[in-house]
Amino acid sequence: MSEIPILSILIFIPVVGIFFMLLIRNNDDQSSQNLKHTALWITFLNFIISLSLLFSFDLNNPDFQFVEKYAWIESGISYHLGIDGVSILFVILTTMLVPICILASYESIKFSVKEYLISFLALETFMIGVFCSLDLVLFYLFFEGGLIPMFLIIGIWGGERRVYSTFKFFLYTLAGSVFMLLAIIYIFISTGTTDVETLLVYNFTANEQLILWIAFFTSFMVKIPMWPFHTWLPDAHVEAPTAGSVILAGVLLKMAGYGFIRFSIGFFPDASEFFAPFIFSLSVIAIIVTSLIALVQEDMKKLIAYSSVAHMGFVTLGIFTFTVQGIEGGIIQMISHGIVSAALFLCVGVVYDRLHTREIARYGGLVSKMPFYSFSFMIFILASLGLPGTSGFVGEFLVLLSIFTVNTYFAIFATTGVVLAATYSLWLYRRIIFGALIKDDLSEMFDLTRREIIIFLPLIILTIFIGLYPKPIINIIEPSTEKIVNQIKMKLD
Amino acid sequence: MQSLVYILPEIFLFIVATVLLVTGLFLKNIKLINSLAIFSLLVTVILILNQPFQSAFLNSFVVDELSLVLKIMILIGSIASLIMFVSSKDDLNINIYEFPILIIFSTIGMMVMVSANDLLAMFIGLELQSLSLYVLAALNRNSLLSSEAGIKYFILGALSSGLLLFGISYIYGFSGNTNFNLIAVNINPESLGLIIGIVFVLAGLAFKVSAVPFHMWTPDVYQGAPTPITGFFALAPKIAAMGLLVRFLFNSFGEIYIDWQQIIFFISIASMMLAAFAAIAQSNLKRLMAYSSIGHIGYALIGVACFTDEGLRSLLIYLMIYLIMNIAVFAFLLSLKRNDGYFENISDLSGMHKNHPLRTMLIALIMFSLAGIPPLAGFFGKFYIFVAAIESEMLFLAIIGVIASVISAFYYLRIVKIMYFDEPKEEFDGSSIKSLNLLYYPSSILIIIFFIYPSPVINISEYAIQSII
Repeated sequence: MSEIPILSILIFIPVVGIFFMLLIRNNDDQSSQNLKHTALWITFLNFIISLSLLFSFDLNNPDFQFVEKYAWIESGISYHLGIDGVSILFVILTTMLVPICILASYESIKFSVKEYLISFLALETFMIGVFCSLDLVLFYLFFEGGLIPMFLIIGIWGGERRVYSTFKFFLYTLAGSVFMLLAIIYIFISTGTTDVETLLVYNFTANEQLILWIAFFTSFMVKIPMWPFHTWLPDAHVEAPTAGSVILAGVLLKMAGYGFIRFSIGFFPDASEFFAPFIFSLSVIAIIVTSLIALVQEDMKKLIAYSSVAHMGFVTLGIFTFTVQGIEGGIIQMISHGIVSAALFLCVGVVYDRLHTREIARYGGLVSKMPFYSFSFMIFILASLGLPGTSGFVGEFLVLLSIFTVNTYFAIFATTGVVLAATYSLWLYRRIIFGALIKDDLSEMFDLTRREIIIFLPLIILTIFIGLYPKPIINIIEPSTEKIVNQIKMKLD
Repeated sequence: MQSLVYILPEIFLFIVATVLLVTGLFLKNIKLINSLAIFSLLVTVILILNQPFQSAFLNSFVVDELSLVLKIMILIGSIASLIMFVSSKDDLNINIYEFPILIIFSTIGMMVMVSANDLLAMFIGLELQSLSLYVLAALNRNSLLSSEAGIKYFILGALSSGLLLFGISYIYGFSGNTNFNLIAVNINPESLGLIIGIVFVLAGLAFKVSAVPFHMWTPDVYQGAPTPITGFFALAPKIAAMGLLVRFLFNSFGEIYIDWQQIIFFISIASMMLAAFAAIAQSNLKRLMAYSSIGHIGYALIGVACFTDEGLRSLLIYLMIYLIMNIAVFAFLLSLKRNDGYFENISDLSGMHKNHPLRTMLIALIMFSLAGIPPLAGFFGKFYIFVAAIESEMLFLAIIGVIASVISAFYYLRIVKIMYFDEPKEEFDGSSIKSLNLLYYPSSILIIIFFIYPSPVINISEYAIQSII
């Protein structure tokens, strides 16, 4: 199996798909339907191939697997791919969410279908590339390249204020990332390589670490996003089409979390330790403040967007404890959030497609008209607030456990976030689903279609499966996480 | 006599231009003359490739790796603008057979510029180039804007040539030589007169590359001149002047680089920042491209300011990518045509992806590339520039560079926004763009796939700089 460049195949299948799409004409409903089918099958094929990673993945090996390395730009900057326990799940999350996104866009995208699907395929290439690349320049290429399709997705198929939102999204993230580029160049010049494997065992001096850490942090902080640089996220989410929100919440935010684990703490442990209290403070502020903001939102998507910021606060809390539990918790929280928040945005999309409004007050009493919908929505809401037995619980629990061993105060504050999460989530659910069905236009609402059930079913199964039996997931993550933590400890000593 | 062999390509082009000039009087077939001009430029490429490396005329004219690469880039730019000319001459009302001939004359001037190793050779090349460009800018004599552009360019250009000549006289006076290498040998680092000379020469050259604060002419001339000529302005003369600047500074004043480095440092920062802000307010595409090219020159100057081989290499990589991107952009500008003429306003692009999906997609990618977003070619240009800057410990330049590139991303994105997000207008004509596709598709595809295999460009630039270092 190792001879087949499976990661490159994963990355470039969508590109091949783009060529196919360019050849298909797009002038009537029939052909745009064909385009959607083609894109769906291409991405589904990619998903199947990515599942084969799971089977041939060596659970006991903490190192990078499926490694590919070719000379690329010049010595020191190579085309180097590989995944370990930390990244494999993100790759599969990506390949799983993209077909779901395309399926979710079957009805809602009415014009420029070809460009839309091409943007999504390009985005998939970039996202998989981010999680697979073991070279900083390659990583940056994929990390930033994703901005182009996302800019178009929000800008063309978005809501009313789409232009403002997409510019804000693009310029915010670009401004954050360019400093990472300078840091990467600095690393390249001072070490002569941008190879991640080499750099993970390289020791930067303390001063270098501080500066470089800040440069990487600026980029990831904006992307993940952390308070106070989160304001682009609600705007982008609200204006993006449903599938755009799904990908944004499901995968794009995770690229930054992944970056924290792989680069920030991997390369610069001293600086990370130095800045850990700072990160904890920002995370706790994010958890509490954005939860409170979420409480007063009147737009469903905005509420979920703010809750994303809070959830990502748990991720950063966990990562910067430098404990196996904490980092594992962070990863599981990201995976779970990738599934759950994606599903919540899909839930919003379902009612939005029917009523064309996201205003919470316009809904109420949907349970009598849409029982299946109410059921799936409930599962995701409960997972989002971290109910035991759902995927949300596992990550949050591990994070809180680890932060408790490091600092009790932060743990106490973070726990209040869990309570707040329950408040805004349940209140959202109550206002939309329960109550009497008194609004006239709601009487026309119909329950999930077969297509929508197909979308939700795998997400529901995964949410509950991870919640009840997280062992397989932890088995995958654990060896690599232990290796990371050991490496940090070794470097710190 | 032996020396004449070394300027064979220039002589060949000169003969061709003269013959064409005479033929044109009797033969009214502009298309044929243009094709012959393109053909002879291609022949020149072959001649240049087969030239031995040597210096001629008492070392005042050198043929080396750098001049070879730059000359080929210049010729590509000239050929591209001739192709643009033939596709648009009828509609732009510039059915004038002198166009290809003036381009050839100007190309000869530029070829002399990049080979010049002597203050006088440099001045001759520069003037030959500039005089042809003044005429070209005013070529559309029925258009007020074009005449204004020509006059403006001429007056300011003459002024800058005056400054340059003044600087040359100072340098000659205080070093006793006009040859770059001899100046370097006899240099007196303490001499204030020499510094004054350098400052004046740099001012003149900054005018030619349109770097801030000598950029004032650029937007007006870009806007006023017929588009194929604007394309030519953006492509070849910038490259030639950059090559000349490098040879002038590196060959003769390498020893006192501290003195001129700060000048380049300043004009580089000023160009990047001013262009980034000024371009935001533009509504005319050609004016916008003028500011964009000012900004790009700012980045390229970082490579000069570094005064390292890394910097020189990044400069050449940048110029090559700049050339490809600008060919694509100007070919695109010329395809914006409806029945009643060309469109230059940004708002005219609105919603064009509805009617021209493929073309719009490519131009959007070119805009992202100009903004320096990976994985497109423009990113690699900036990447190498920043590598060079950080390597020579000019972190400040690099930081300003990335900030300016974020700001300038805004106006490139605005074009994408208008093309994709706004309501569509009338369709553009597709008839005249057959020959433009020859420029448009190859260049945009090169930009997109550059990241897969960037080594050729890097190898070429490494090859080019070996003669300087």
